[in-house]
Amino acid sequence: MTQVVLFNVFNGLIVGAFYALMALGLSLIMNLSGVINFAHGGFLAIGGYLAFALLPYVGFWGALILAPMLTAVLGLFVERVLIRRLYGRDPLYSLLLTFGLAFMFEDGTRFIWGAQGLPFQVPGWLLSPLSTDYFFLTGYRLFMVLIVGIAVAGLFFILNKTRLGIRIRAGTLDLETVSVLGVNVRILRNMNFGLGIYLAGLAGVLAVGQLGLQPTIGSSLIMPSFVAIIVGGLGSLPGTLLGGLLIGVASGVTTVFFPSATEAVMYVMMAAVLLVRPRGLLGEEGRF
Amino acid sequence: MNKEVFNKQAANVLVWLLLLAMPYWLPAIGGYIELGTRVVVLGLAAMALNFLLGYTGVLSFGHAAYFGLGAYGAGMTVRYLVPSTGLGLLVGTVVGAVAGAIIGPMIIRLRGVYFAMVTIAFAQVFYFIAFRWSTVTGGDDGLTGWTRQPLHLGFTTIDILHNPTAFYYLVFVVFAVAIAIMAWLLRSPFGRTLLAIRENERRARFLGIPVDQHIWISWTISCAFASLAGALYAYVNNFVDPRALYWTQSGDFVIMAVLGGMRSFWGPLIGAAIFVTLQDYVSSQTENWMSFVGLFFVLVVLFFPRGILGMIRRKVAS
Repeated sequence: MTQVVLFNVFNGLIVGAFYALMALGLSLIMNLSGVINFAHGGFLAIGGYLAFALLPYVGFWGALILAPMLTAVLGLFVERVLIRRLYGRDPLYSLLLTFGLAFMFEDGTRFIWGAQGLPFQVPGWLLSPLSTDYFFLTGYRLFMVLIVGIAVAGLFFILNKTRLGIRIRAGTLDLETVSVLGVNVRILRNMNFGLGIYLAGLAGVLAVGQLGLQPTIGSSLIMPSFVAIIVGGLGSLPGTLLGGLLIGVASGVTTVFFPSATEAVMYVMMAAVLLVRPRGLLGEEGRF
Repeated sequence: MNKEVFNKQAANVLVWLLLLAMPYWLPAIGGYIELGTRVVVLGLAAMALNFLLGYTGVLSFGHAAYFGLGAYGAGMTVRYLVPSTGLGLLVGTVVGAVAGAIIGPMIIRLRGVYFAMVTIAFAQVFYFIAFRWSTVTGGDDGLTGWTRQPLHLGFTTIDILHNPTAFYYLVFVVFAVAIAIMAWLLRSPFGRTLLAIRENERRARFLGIPVDQHIWISWTISCAFASLAGALYAYVNNFVDPRALYWTQSGDFVIMAVLGGMRSFWGPLIGAAIFVTLQDYVSSQTENWMSFVGLFFVLVVLFFPRGILGMIRRKVAS
């Protein structure tokens, strides 16, 4: 029993780490630009499929590095051509536009790579269990947690220590003043969008290693990311991280005791948070 | 009667006449009656959403939940309880309205993107319930094993199952009643207050209007009509599946409202007509209809943000 519970808690942590990685990107974009990027799941799927396409040429490690970068470049392009036009307009429009993009990305990956799931080969030595008692503790799972940890640490380093990150944080609070102080806000938003999409791409590469390639992988992961943001608190990146891990573990634990509620439990958590603390666990007062 | 009022009345008469005569002119131009029925049903859902979106200024992205609840409510009533068309509609509407009324207090204080995000996330709960509780809802395969029932009117019985024209007129009557109620509500002091909230919420609050309460009522009304549309939709298909509750369905309603024109009463119906016809055509032509629907979303946002009626109105005004 302990083993089963531990297994599911650990599994939940990993799933939660995905949610968090994705939700952090979503949060970044939403905080600075006020855009809910529905296409985030689509970018995640593209990250995964790009890794799959690159794998024969550059190997796993090359794909892990290159695929998120290429996804981020696509993100920069999409922001430059489409999303930039909608800043300052009713948030409805950016919602609908990214909604349409999500459809196109999902269908596009299905068109290119087919509707069937494809296996994604990760290096063999990562797959072997590390311990016979705790069979679920494969190297790949630990490796994923490690990569997510590095990515999150890197993100917070960028936000706290680099000029770009400080500008992003300042812009989140007051974009107009940042603009008056001579920062090119267009470029700032563009870079910020790219950073968010990079995280989606990275989550994509890791996710397909665990779940395999499916065109619908993006649309199945986007809703939990929303819930992670709501639970953690809008406007707070640490909150988003916490929210992602929490809902992941909660669904993991629920799998043990009440399997059919695995997906629903995070929404129950969301309802509870909204009732007790509408701004979310670590959300700022009065921001929304 | 000045020109503007005359134009408005003329447009109303035209819309009603077109709807009333649909089974006669639609097949003549290459459509079929079921397509017209779908347009009217989804148009009702889009107009219900627009009650909130266009007239209260609250961005709900989760109306598929109430639409789907209405559909399951009607389908399950007919399947398990009583084979009665009228009762199915009633139960479907009440189920959706009650769900909306319960969820309302949790979300009415949120605004803008946050409101959109929370409504869409809540909608997923119902999707997972319908998906997982397969012994009752049929799960992924949908709720089958039932058909819409003949309509007993006391003096006569109408077979709406095999006669698409008769079914269309049932839908039309329900639609007309629902639309009349919505129009009446929007013209009442309550409806005017909603407009005031849309235009300037802070000012409305300072004038002593209980804003949250008004938004809650408006939200519940909108959910009720969306679930009525869902109940009709179950009858259209003789089938309900969880996709009626999925978040993509919510997006379809919003795009219908935007495409037709959120600021006009009939806009969402026109948006629904275009969207449904286009989707019907594209999905018969290509497997990759999703890409086209997605592209359609992008093009509407970039080129028709005011919607078709909004553009016409601007042309007329200038």
